[in-house]
Amino acid sequence: MPITLLILIPLLPLIGFLINGIGFRHIPKGAAGLIGSLAALGSFAASVAVLFAFKEGGSQPMVVSLFDWIRVGELNIPFSFQIDQLSLLMLMIITGVGSLIHIYSIGYMKHDPGFGKFFSFLNLFLFFMLLLVLGSNYVIMFIGWEGVGLCSYLLIGFWNKNTDFNNAARKAFIMNRVGDLGFLLGIFMIMNAFGTVEYTEVFRQATGLPVGDHVVFAITMLLFVGAMGKSAQIPLYTWLPDAMAGPTPVSALIHAATMVTAGIYMVIRSNVLYTLAPQTLEIVAVVGAVTALFAASIGLLQNDIKKVLAYSTVSQLGYMFLGLGVMAYSASMFHVITHAFFKALLFLGAGSVIHAMSDEQDIRFMGGLRKKLPITFITFAIATWAIAGLPPFAGFFSKDEILAHAFEHNKLLWGIGLLGSAMTSFYMFRLLFLTFFGSFRGTPEQAHHLHESPASMTIPLIILAILSALGGFIGVPEALGGTHQLAEFMSPLFDAARQANPEAFGVLALSHSEEYILMGVSVGVALIAGVVAYVMYISKSAVPAPESEARTGVENVVYHKYYIDELYDTVFVKPMKTLSVLLVSFGEFFIDLFVEGTGKLVKGLANLGRQTQTGSIAYYVFAMVVGIVVILFWNLLLK
Amino acid sequence: MQEPSIPDIVQLIPLKSYLILSTALFVIGILGVLIRRNAIVIFMSVELMLNSVNLILIAFSSYKSDPSGQVFVFFIMAVAAAEVAVGLAIIVMIYRNTRTIDVGFLNKLKG
Repeated sequence: MPITLLILIPLLPLIGFLINGIGFRHIPKGAAGLIGSLAALGSFAASVAVLFAFKEGGSQPMVVSLFDWIRVGELNIPFSFQIDQLSLLMLMIITGVGSLIHIYSIGYMKHDPGFGKFFSFLNLFLFFMLLLVLGSNYVIMFIGWEGVGLCSYLLIGFWNKNTDFNNAARKAFIMNRVGDLGFLLGIFMIMNAFGTVEYTEVFRQATGLPVGDHVVFAITMLLFVGAMGKSAQIPLYTWLPDAMAGPTPVSALIHAATMVTAGIYMVIRSNVLYTLAPQTLEIVAVVGAVTALFAASIGLLQNDIKKVLAYSTVSQLGYMFLGLGVMAYSASMFHVITHAFFKALLFLGAGSVIHAMSDEQDIRFMGGLRKKLPITFITFAIATWAIAGLPPFAGFFSKDEILAHAFEHNKLLWGIGLLGSAMTSFYMFRLLFLTFFGSFRGTPEQAHHLHESPASMTIPLIILAILSALGGFIGVPEALGGTHQLAEFMSPLFDAARQANPEAFGVLALSHSEEYILMGVSVGVALIAGVVAYVMYISKSAVPAPESEARTGVENVVYHKYYIDELYDTVFVKPMKTLSVLLVSFGEFFIDLFVEGTGKLVKGLANLGRQTQTGSIAYYVFAMVVGIVVILFWNLLLK
Repeated sequence: MQEPSIPDIVQLIPLKSYLILSTALFVIGILGVLIRRNAIVIFMSVELMLNSVNLILIAFSSYKSDPSGQVFVFFIMAVAAAEVAVGLAIIVMIYRNTRTIDVGFLNKLKG
């Protein structure tokens, strides 16, 4: 495999970042967009070339060492890239979807004064994300991990003149730091336990450990804390909905398709360790299932088009973790891929709607857009169909595979997943119907401006729609007459895990008829939910109540997102603020004591000494005489 | 070494008397300096103290037949004359500026 080609993959976005970043006030908009998109496209081309070279080379994982980076005592951390099935899949998603979103951004951000800056940030993000998935050890992954966090912060707060957006950016950054700490501690524990951070070496040593090893349990839990932060799982999910403050392409690229799946990538990458820690897997599965249901329920009542999608993302990420927890690693990866397609499409479609609606995001003021925005409508509908898990689109295959594994593992988790799936279907169809059907509810001015987006925005939509429609066919299960090419492709990744814990890797024990029933149930549930949404929002043409209307009981609690933000504010933010205020006053007290105290002491002593200088000559003379007497007394009598 | 002879006339008055006289003069001088507020009187008291010291130097010089004490006294008188010139000039200047020579009012040195 040509190494230069491999290096080009992350290097091109970095070059794009440098050009646009250094010269963003001088490069004209057309050139900046072209440079940014070409960097992404070039990276995509290089990834495809590497993929083919990899397949030709017999699909052998390989580590390409670029240079020695850290060498301290026994520990040696090279700067090297690892190419295997997992990193290739991630490469294809990141560069492929990334390129489309770059092209889309040319149209979407056309009138923004920070156009060049936006593209340089996007390219920087791609660079770090590629570093994250290409690195051959945990430390390089950590560089990428932190880098994408930084870019996420920069892009959420891209319109930095709005204080709320800046607060959202800070919230995302700080919540991610909580997770990052766990990740970092996990890396330290790996160093301590294995003496290296290279994947191949760590996993080779790990295969010798017994199942349920305590150290591995601690490592996997800490790594999972990192994944919770980055992939927005309970309890660290609240930053993701707020992250919608950023421009919509950012939401599509970072907060739906790529960055938030870094946690899933990391767990799949460490599958050997996780397979050795069944307790952690239980926790992962429960957290995933609860997140899937919880976020979906919040999504039911949201009225901001992007907020609905954000909660949907959190919920879908929950499904992926549920899949990981029941050891359906390849099914989770499958869902990562299909989710990248349809969720990016949904966000870009939402962006197209927002663009047409003159920056209106509230679905209560939309409606009837299907005639004015036909391409956006059709692609959005395909994505909705896909995410709702209805055949034959992508979401059906991946979600059903996860649910089937969950069913096999634990019926309760499957039930939670199924309920979440019904909710997903409901809120997505609700979104679709409220946005594109019925009559227009906005202002006449907005109605006048309604227009389909330019080609640079619709072409990515169409490509993503095709992918969302057909993407599922890379993993058609045997029950439906397929061979599940994806699982086959990824199978070598789990060889080490199979060797370490053979019992955990049973073949899917469900018979085909059971699988048919499961599929039927989940499709049926999704269909019913869709029909309910149809009846509510099209037949009865109900519109969600305006903000001012009082809500009662459960509806109120769900509408306010279970008051989780308020809870965190009371439990963490306010005590922290009180503590800092306390510490500040305490610190100031000490500074006053020492700094000002010294001054005051000198001044006081001086004042005391000043008293002796009365200015009266008689007094001086008297003092002199007394002094002489004392000296004489001392010299003549005491000596 | 032969003990130097002391003239009889000197021995008419015992050394002790000189000491008492000189001490009395010195104490009068000190009290004058401490108690009086008139700058000129204080000045005179200082002179008195100087002269009491001169007296004692001469007395010892005579009784010891050692002339160096008397040499000292001449020096002291010369220096005192110069000092009087300077000191009186200062007092005159003080008077011109403040219209008083009461040292109680001269408290500009107050810290």
